[in-house]
Amino acid sequence: MRELLVLLLLLPGPAVAEEAPPAERRTELLYLLRQDCGSCHGMTLAGGLGPALLPEALSDRTVEGLAEVIRAGIPGTPMPPWGFEITGEEARWLARKLKEGIPP
Amino acid sequence: MKAVLLAGGLLLAFLAPAAAQIRGTGDLGIVVERASGSVLIVETTNRTVLSRVEGLGDLSHASAVFGRDQRYAYIFGRDGGLTKLDLLRAEVAARTLQAGNSIGGAISADGALVAVANYEPGGVRVFDSRDLAPVADIPAIYADDGARSKVVGIEDLGGRRFAFSLYDGGQIWLADLADPERPAITRFPDIGRLPYDALVTPDGRYYIAGLFGEDGLVLLDLWRPDPRPRRILEGYGRGEQPLPVYKMPHLEGWSQAGDYLFLPAVGRHELLVVDRRRDFAEVARIPVQGQPVFAIARPDGRQVWVNFAHPLNDTVQVVDVPSLEVVATFSPGKAILHMEFTPRGDQVWISARDSDRVVVYDTGTLEELARIEARKPSGIFFTARANRIGF
Ligand code: HEC
Repeated sequence: MRELLVLLLLLPGPAVAEEAPPAERRTELLYLLRQDCGSCHGMTLAGGLGPALLPEALSDRTVEGLAEVIRAGIPGTPMPPWGFEITGEEARWLARKLKEGIPP
Repeated sequence: MKAVLLAGGLLLAFLAPAAAQIRGTGDLGIVVERASGSVLIVETTNRTVLSRVEGLGDLSHASAVFGRDQRYAYIFGRDGGLTKLDLLRAEVAARTLQAGNSIGGAISADGALVAVANYEPGGVRVFDSRDLAPVADIPAIYADDGARSKVVGIEDLGGRRFAFSLYDGGQIWLADLADPERPAITRFPDIGRLPYDALVTPDGRYYIAGLFGEDGLVLLDLWRPDPRPRRILEGYGRGEQPLPVYKMPHLEGWSQAGDYLFLPAVGRHELLVVDRRRDFAEVARIPVQGQPVFAIARPDGRQVWVNFAHPLNDTVQVVDVPSLEVVATFSPGKAILHMEFTPRGDQVWISARDSDRVVVYDTGTLEELARIEARKPSGIFFTARANRIGF
């Protein structure tokens, strides 16, 4: 039974096929998202000074495009660049999470 | 019969202390617990938590004002919730979900009207402070096509007047609610790009809005019969590329110490100091360790305490006003969000969000006096705010 579980965990499921940062880093990123992105986008991501980052609002955005915005910011607006602490892989993971919707 | 009455009287006398302990409210305050929708009611004499009140909705970025009797706090939640909290009974006295997304509010000098600045729908809504019944709705329409702007920087100006700024619209509006049914609005268009917050000086004379999109601030002298917005600190960035800002600076709260105002620069790791008595000329730039968020003067004006934006937000710095120098740098915990002085400035209470605590310092010795556990604490608000313009 235990072997089976290990096997299942090792199997490359769809989530693993798409690159994802290690579990600990994912927790950090989600915390950063709610607390620090949240200071402008709202803790529930429903919007603040910055726009809402909920799936409906982002449906016409691509993962690549969003990841680019996250890493580079939007010059001339308060949206700052996060490339100094979020890698490309992490930004794409965050962008996918945003498009899927993140349970509270 | 008399005996029964007497017995009844005795019983009442016996029950009374538990039901209504007599105490003042001048040393009370609240600590917002941003992630759990709760607030702590605290007292600053013995530095203890009296109670926790839950169920106040999304309190990220929540702020509060106080009724003039210093018994009721009006708490503005991010989700548009407006809650009237009874500090003595530690219970919600009234609550309304007045908008979809809001940023803060103000209370009129007579304590009758509570005004809330909303992002969604963009505008200001005004409520009766007794029961939070709606009194007036001021949509922040700034364009011919009916577009509404997010509203920021709402301040009370004495009387039943409020000032606020239109973030998307680049305007400052004054609203006079002498007749609450028919608010009289004065609009100042084209003040500059993206006003993000504002303050009013303690005398109610100057309303100053910070601009995100430009190097400078906008000043309105409200004592003039015909106020006109004008720029101060124009071009303080000298055209250099600003640094990214990971949390917007806040202007509300006193940053005035004597004749000087201490303003966080946007996109620079500096405090800008201007002199009120010399037409707001720049007096100094004080280098600090990060993007300043709050610069708050101790009530006597001798010190200014500064906290910072992510990622350098574990540190607090203290500026000595006479020498205009940073005299202390220390870390009360992780993610310092807010600082609040006791009414005479003997203590400062500092919230450390990621350390789940509030730390209290003696502002004279800079020694730690107490640590108070709190869940993801953010704003701290003491009842003395009731007596101050712009709080
Ligand atoms: C200091 C405020 C601020 C912070 C902090 C901030 N943002 Fe933003 N963000 C904005 C603003 C303002 C905009 C809109 C800019 C514009 O287009 O006018 C924006 C836009 C965006 C967009 C584009 C949305 C769209 O509809 O195109 C994304 C994605 C985004 N932010 C993600 C993030 C993430 C992820 C974080 C944290 C890692 C973050 N932001 C932190 C202010 C902020």
